[in-house]
Amino acid sequence: MSSPSSAIPIVEFRAVRKSFGALEVLKGIDLEVSKGEVVCIIGRSGSGKSTALRCITGLEKIQAGTITACGHAIHAPKTDLRQVRQEVGIVFQSYNLFPHLTVEENITLALRRVKKLATNKANAIAARVLKQVGLSDKINSYPEQLSGGQQQRVAIARALAMDPKLMLFDEVTSALDPELKGEVLKVIEELARGGMTMVLVTHEMYFARQIAKKIIFMHQGRVHETGGPDILISPRTPELKQFVGTGL
Amino acid sequence: MLTTNQLLFLLQGTLWTVVLALCGFIGGGILGLIIALLRVSKRRTLRWIGAGYVQCVQGVPLPVMMFIAYFGLALTGRNIPALVAAAASITIFAAAYLGEIWRGCIEAVPRTQWEAADSLALSSFHKHFDIILPQAVRLAVPPTVGFMVQIIKNTSYAVVIGFVELTQSGRIINNSVFEPFVIFSIVGAIYFALCFPLSRLSQTLEARLRARGA
Repeated sequence: MSSPSSAIPIVEFRAVRKSFGALEVLKGIDLEVSKGEVVCIIGRSGSGKSTALRCITGLEKIQAGTITACGHAIHAPKTDLRQVRQEVGIVFQSYNLFPHLTVEENITLALRRVKKLATNKANAIAARVLKQVGLSDKINSYPEQLSGGQQQRVAIARALAMDPKLMLFDEVTSALDPELKGEVLKVIEELARGGMTMVLVTHEMYFARQIAKKIIFMHQGRVHETGGPDILISPRTPELKQFVGTGL
Repeated sequence: MLTTNQLLFLLQGTLWTVVLALCGFIGGGILGLIIALLRVSKRRTLRWIGAGYVQCVQGVPLPVMMFIAYFGLALTGRNIPALVAAAASITIFAAAYLGEIWRGCIEAVPRTQWEAADSLALSSFHKHFDIILPQAVRLAVPPTVGFMVQIIKNTSYAVVIGFVELTQSGRIINNSVFEPFVIFSIVGAIYFALCFPLSRLSQTLEARLRARGA
């Protein structure tokens, strides 16, 4: 399925290859994400989906092919990745909050250091994004005082504070128990409704079906099947059929 | 036994031992931080420089370094005071070990913290000074305090270049009263009094760190 020609691609992979030593994890990937689109990447562990996501902000270097994100050529050695990372937010499976900083400092650090905002302006943004994720009362807490779900919502708020054009979510609910998953998914759902362009690597098939405009099924380092959320109900390839058969 | 003057002489030597150790803490601390940062640098050349420094210093005994600093530089026509030679040697020595201790602590900060800092577009400077080092410092305090004990004891090597610190004071007094057992027991007790509180502090800090980690 191809995006309508009017849509502006915000992420574009062309023949992307990536190896860790002798192990090739991405074997020629093509994919694109349009502005305002919510794309879910699904697949087994080791299928390369997290690696693909991490390549978007240059956290992983690729060996061949091209990646464009928000107009930047990520694969080009000269590209200033710090510029890219101001425009693309990423949320990790293990939250990765800074344990020695309060929730507010976690959120305002990059605003002050990178965007050079005055402290009061940065604090105002922190208050706004914390309200958005429903954690206004935790502004002065330290990460260790929060539940996993709360930490993950702070991590989302921290990324949102940078006012990104694109948000990446790398299995953000995988470390959470079912009860806490819900509160995080709700935040993501609201972001989607607000029109945020998002790419999610997820194992939440039910959630993916509800939220995604496009599903990308990765299998053995390749994009194996792409389509609308309906491919989770009626997969075309036997591999996806088998994969969702165990999940839905 | 000892006269008041002899005791005062020992205490004066103790003072110089403390001065020398402080030079080692401060000088070694500053240089050690640079070494640690070189060792974790992204650039291979810088890593090699850091590693080379550590290898060279760890391979040469401290008294030999003191000889080199004191007598070696004197050959070039420059006469440097024993205190300077001893302080410089202790600084160079402490920097190598502190650098290695701190490198370990920096590398013990999880990889994911570096990634999170990178993902927020923080510069290398802010990544190190706002994110990595504050976390590494927490890990580093107990072993660093523990190493201070080593520095205090190692200042006694300044004896070889005749610097009158605690051990040398003991030798000088012993030369006049010849009661080595008594005198060096006193010297040993003074070293113990200096080191014991630091050892205990290091153990306490380590226990506290472990409690927080659990």
